[in-house]
Amino acid sequence: MKQLLSFVKKEFLQVLRDPKTLLMLFGLPVVQIVLFGFALTNELKNANIVVVDNAKDYASEQIINKIEGSKFFSVKKTLLTPSQINNAFKEGTIKLAVVFPANFYTDLLHLGTAPVQVIADASDPNTAVQLSGYITTIVADYQADLSKGSSVPYSIIPQVRMLYNPDLKGAPNFVPGVMAMVLLLVCVMMTSVSIVREKELGTMEILLVSPVKPLMVIVAKAIPYLILSLVNLAAILLLSVYALDLPIKGSLFLLVAESTLLIITALSLGLLISTITSSQQSAMFASMLGMMLPTMLLSGYMFPIENMPIVLQVISNIVPAKWYYIIVKAVMLKGLGFSYVWKETVILMGMTIFFLVIALRNFKIRLE
Amino acid sequence: MRPLFFLLQKEFRQIFRDKGFIGRLFIAPAIQLILLPLAANYTIKNINIAIVDHDHSEVSAKLTQKILSSGYFKLAGFTDFNSKGEKLIETDKADIVLEIPEGFDKNLIKEGNQTMAIEVNAINGVKASVGYAYLNGIIMEYNQDIRLEWNDPNNPGQLPTIPVISSFWYNPALTYYIFMVPAILVSLVTGIAGLSAAFNIVKEKEIGTIEQINVTPIKKYQFILGKLLPFVVMGAVVFTFGMLIALVGYRIVPVGNIFLLYLFLLVFLFAILGFGLLVSTYAETQQQANSLMFLFMMVFNMMSGLYTPIDSMPVWAKFITHLFPVSYFIDVMRMVVIKGSGIGDVRMHILYVFTIGLVLNTWAILNYRKTT
Repeated sequence: MKQLLSFVKKEFLQVLRDPKTLLMLFGLPVVQIVLFGFALTNELKNANIVVVDNAKDYASEQIINKIEGSKFFSVKKTLLTPSQINNAFKEGTIKLAVVFPANFYTDLLHLGTAPVQVIADASDPNTAVQLSGYITTIVADYQADLSKGSSVPYSIIPQVRMLYNPDLKGAPNFVPGVMAMVLLLVCVMMTSVSIVREKELGTMEILLVSPVKPLMVIVAKAIPYLILSLVNLAAILLLSVYALDLPIKGSLFLLVAESTLLIITALSLGLLISTITSSQQSAMFASMLGMMLPTMLLSGYMFPIENMPIVLQVISNIVPAKWYYIIVKAVMLKGLGFSYVWKETVILMGMTIFFLVIALRNFKIRLE
Repeated sequence: MRPLFFLLQKEFRQIFRDKGFIGRLFIAPAIQLILLPLAANYTIKNINIAIVDHDHSEVSAKLTQKILSSGYFKLAGFTDFNSKGEKLIETDKADIVLEIPEGFDKNLIKEGNQTMAIEVNAINGVKASVGYAYLNGIIMEYNQDIRLEWNDPNNPGQLPTIPVISSFWYNPALTYYIFMVPAILVSLVTGIAGLSAAFNIVKEKEIGTIEQINVTPIKKYQFILGKLLPFVVMGAVVFTFGMLIALVGYRIVPVGNIFLLYLFLLVFLFAILGFGLLVSTYAETQQQANSLMFLFMMVFNMMSGLYTPIDSMPVWAKFITHLFPVSYFIDVMRMVVIKGSGIGDVRMHILYVFTIGLVLNTWAILNYRKTT
């Protein structure tokens, strides 16, 4: 036990002596939370658009007033020809143009219908769809105003409830993903690199001839990263509760227990990578390609899994972060108990045992 | 100039001798360019909807039919019980639960209106709002159908209608990868060129060979230039390779001038390699360089407008974004490749990135010490 403690102490000292790496370990979660919480959002505000009002009559002005009143748009009124609109799109100064035809109001009164044309710069398709959707809603709103005088029969009135995230903020979707990212990064990459480094520098030999059992060498390697990850977890949770106003709805104990499980999964994976690589560069590369990329892509927090081709959907099942992401969403955001996440927990445990068994089989206590 | 020539010769030899490096140079971009656009698809479709039908009337059946035939929704469950609907949302099986109340059509006729409860899983705010907008549109349309069908023919009650005709320029089919592929290529070039540049000097430091270079008569600016040029070539090779993948795999042909893209690539590489070199003058070990670059690369990528629009950011974040060269290149790629913007449209981008590059490289030269 004493031997183990002195090994753990050695590992701790090595980690703490490298302030630039520590900066990343603790800077990363803070930067990610701040960025995702405050800077990154898909919500569109103040998009620059142009209104081409060829009508200049009562109805067109009413609609333009409504558009100007909306928080989504910052409106400029000029008469542009289609080729001028094209130029403005190419310069990137506007995202959308709304064109009212001449005689808009007269047509509306006499013919009963008059179209509004919306031209969107669809080089960014989602923005284009959302912005033109907002215009459609505003126009429909105006249309409803027009008919207010006459009574509208047979109205279906939808009453919507946005569950878990009534303000439609971006943070609830991202925070669980950031947790998975950071825990995996710290554990997989740092563990594998630190073990391989001993191999590269030749100090592994010294550790192996010491009276400590080889298994204990590995355990001692893992403990500092386990503790650092728990500190990181605490930092992320504190930031998300106090800075992002994202309360933990479910049991804190369950959340920490599940996170510890993920950390152990990641540590086993890091160990596995360290047994099959021999240089720091290739350990980093393997962690990046084997862990970071799948976590970013296939865990569901950056990109919706249900939109992916079937092959990727199937592959996503072997990414540990995907299951952790589901667990955290259920416990932290929905406030559900263990009975809802036991399946995901069992899958994570299974993965951990699998990684550990392979890693321990591969672990060589003799030099080549 | 002769010392520079010798240094360049050495650098190129080192690059070509490292077979694994050359492999990574092509494998990583290929994997990313093929996987990322497939995965990074924000088009919202296949929204799982559960319908709790307390009514079982012809009207509720028709509405259900209309929702499912719209193409946006998939039926996750059809049930009589509210509790079952809730359960489906809790377990992520359903994104939206629509509750059709008992006596739906009778109330609609008798009272003139009827409410309908909709519950949306809003953890993903964008998906929730877009999904609800689709559903709302379908219900409104259905409402209109009912009115036309049930209204007294003598009193058509026709209201003036204003149809909105939308046209989507440059990308009428609204294909998402056309938007993503050019930007992913930028993040690739940044990653490969920036990381390699950062590792290069640090490796010499760690191995100790930097001492040998330090005692040669080479000038500081020649040293930095000699470290810079090989990676400019490498960046251009990766970029060309990526453009070929985009052409063959995604049929993306740049609408604008390809030489403009290469011109901007050069200016961009000047800036991003300067950044890599700057990091390498600060870091002592490869692990440090890796950690620092990882942190910065992540911030560059996240804030560059690759995944979320820059226009939606708060002012302070926009300001930071404008200090990073990556966001300019992504913007230029999208402008030139998709819209065919010309040099006049991107001249300010070129000027900014060149200035950033000048600052970073000067800083790197000043910070590089031949003596310790």
